[in-house]
Amino acid sequence: MKRLIVLFFLFNLVLAVNAQKYMTKNGFIGFYSHTPMEDIKAENNQVVGALDISTGEMVFQALIKSFHFDRALMEEHFNENYMESDKIPKSMFKGKITNLSAVDFTKNGIYDVTVEGDLTIHDVTNKITTKGTIEVVSGGINANSKFNIIPEDYKITIPGVVREKINKNLEVTIAMKYAPLASK
Amino acid sequence: MNILNQNTPSETNYTTATFKSTRIMNGHSIERMPSGQLDVRISHRFGTLNSGGYNFFGLDQSNIHLGLEYGITNWLMIGVGRSEFEKTFDGFAKFSILRQSTGAKEMPVSVSVLTSVALKTLKFPDQTRTNYYTSRLAYVGQVLVARKINEIFSVQLTPSYVHRNLVATELDPNDIWALGAGARLKVTKRISLNGEYYAIANPKTYLSQQIYNPLSVGFDIETGGHVFQLFFTNSLGMTEKQFIGGTTGQWKKGDIHFGFNISRVFTLKKHKKAPNY
Repeated sequence: MKRLIVLFFLFNLVLAVNAQKYMTKNGFIGFYSHTPMEDIKAENNQVVGALDISTGEMVFQALIKSFHFDRALMEEHFNENYMESDKIPKSMFKGKITNLSAVDFTKNGIYDVTVEGDLTIHDVTNKITTKGTIEVVSGGINANSKFNIIPEDYKITIPGVVREKINKNLEVTIAMKYAPLASK
Repeated sequence: MNILNQNTPSETNYTTATFKSTRIMNGHSIERMPSGQLDVRISHRFGTLNSGGYNFFGLDQSNIHLGLEYGITNWLMIGVGRSEFEKTFDGFAKFSILRQSTGAKEMPVSVSVLTSVALKTLKFPDQTRTNYYTSRLAYVGQVLVARKINEIFSVQLTPSYVHRNLVATELDPNDIWALGAGARLKVTKRISLNGEYYAIANPKTYLSQQIYNPLSVGFDIETGGHVFQLFFTNSLGMTEKQFIGGTTGQWKKGDIHFGFNISRVFTLKKHKKAPNY
């Protein structure tokens, strides 16, 4: 009996270790382009993301077809001409919080972090470093960040006719609401 | 971190952009206007190439169709138009029944149904007989079945039925049956080569006026918000009722019209906003 109880506690310990992982299936990634001619905005609310608070590892994965635009035609061009989403259906980010010690995951609050990693868009991987925040709340963790990317860095060619309508720098917003991953 | 892949939901991946526009050339494609989008279409067919240098190979004459088309929902679009040809007003409704998809839901083809009405407002040629309003009307029903075979190649079959309430003489049938076929081949990301043909099933002898099968070949050129369709066709009519059973030109005799459609899409109603964080 004693052994069983010990086993039970051990098992709980394993569970506690597993709760180091947080995940979301409806994270948000949006991008925004402003030019005097046109404002373009796209939003994806079905981003899958995971965060390991013991190592600071972060992963996001977004389906390109889940980005939605105000104009249906823009969405079609985005998928057909720019992202080629039939051939390359996903974009992803794999990285790490470099200053993990700055975050106290046991205390609610907002912490500034720096994240470094590989961003893969349109099958092209680039190293990026960006600042963001980790917000520890009861029962979860929120992660937010804003940074700029240049489409040409990812071999996304924008023809001359519409070049004036798309800002050279796209502002990307990331907002994740993670919940602890239940171990099974 | 393999948990990502395990937790990515299996989704239905709907095929998009089977054709660049709601028309292949003259006839409809399975493409529809999504909800809240207005398509303003201006179409021209010039005179025939064989009309010679005096008529600048047809460019001196032009025949115009203006159209306003709107997506009410993502599966229903409606449109109204006016042709110079026989002073015709037309209206249509196109229903998207099935969408080609892979993934969670597999569907090999996209299917749409088109119904349209044409109202000829040209003065009746014989004013002495009793002319009914209904004599001005013609109806069209089409089933559009299309498949995007790969990134660059799409095909469509279009069984069609046209009913004309009044025809020129007793020799002409009121009902016309036809099978349409269309295809597009993407040449670059923004240009595609299109072809369209309608085979009329009715016997074409014994008619008061000889009719031919309409054949159109040309290009779609897409810029930001516009689609330009430039092509050659033996049909002068731009609505189903006019080019199915009303095409009197013949390719081999050079009765070929240069034509274009310009489509400009305006967003009247924005897509439902995703919640902001």
